[in-house]
Amino acid sequence: MKARIIVTLKTGVLDPQGKAIEAALKSLAIQGVEGVRQGKVFDIEVAAPDAAAAEATLRTACEKLLANTVVENYTIEML
Amino acid sequence: MHAAVIVFPGSNRESDVVRALRRSGARVSLVWHADHELPAGTDLAVLPGGFSYGDYLRCGAIAGRAAAMDAVRAHAARGGLVLGICNGFQILCESGLLPGVLMRNVNRRFICHRQTLRVERTDTRFTSAYRQGQVIDVCVAHGEGNYFADPEPLAGIEGEGRVAFRYCDAAGTITVEANRNGSLNAIAGVLSENRNVLGMMPHPENFVEDLIGGTDGRGLFDSLAA
Repeated sequence: MKARIIVTLKTGVLDPQGKAIEAALKSLAIQGVEGVRQGKVFDIEVAAPDAAAAEATLRTACEKLLANTVVENYTIEML
Repeated sequence: MHAAVIVFPGSNRESDVVRALRRSGARVSLVWHADHELPAGTDLAVLPGGFSYGDYLRCGAIAGRAAAMDAVRAHAARGGLVLGICNGFQILCESGLLPGVLMRNVNRRFICHRQTLRVERTDTRFTSAYRQGQVIDVCVAHGEGNYFADPEPLAGIEGEGRVAFRYCDAAGTITVEANRNGSLNAIAGVLSENRNVLGMMPHPENFVEDLIGGTDGRGLFDSLAA
């Protein structure tokens, strides 16, 4: 099974990289950009009997390693 | 004092910290990250600076889950001393031994400069050779040293007096300019609840010899070896 995990910074946590990207977009005269938050995407192949089991495995992966839950949120999407 | 310095792939400050520890009279062993145990009789585990695992994923994230860190966690749980410097501080936060996280510097730059710190406590195993409120001159070299913690753990850290060092100016005043990485409350070094674990971004091991331009880092290693 394939899954996509998206890790993003929690609301309110300062994101200097997102701010730099936002400034760069503005310098390219790209109109209408009002905010940028940078995150990470993990495409993962997982062997599991069903989607629920796969999601449980991936949740453990997020909690133990892929996200730092002090400052990051994660979402798991089964593809 | 028997110190075990843990070496991860990408650590690069282990030789300096070994030198500083030996200078203060400690016996020192190097421990590879894949080892499951610390040498018998280890009093102090040290996580040196560097770029463990190339800072992949997040600084200190992969090192924080290395086999040797299980041994360091067990050592800390028994009351053993643990010191993390720079990347070592990031590893301590990622491994759950200290609260909070080190975020990208607020100015987005890798900063590398002399830095004055105010010693906030001297009743710890790490700082007893300093004077309360002493301003020490060391240095910083990091891209991710911006200390952040949620309000609840931060209140615990401050309420229990677990800040060991803060960034300050030469007079010891906490200013925005002196806190160049943007850390909450200008926190440069944090102690665990039992005060046996210290994480700090600045490099005291860089300043233990007059030849190099300063000796204010000696106090930390002298405190530990005392």
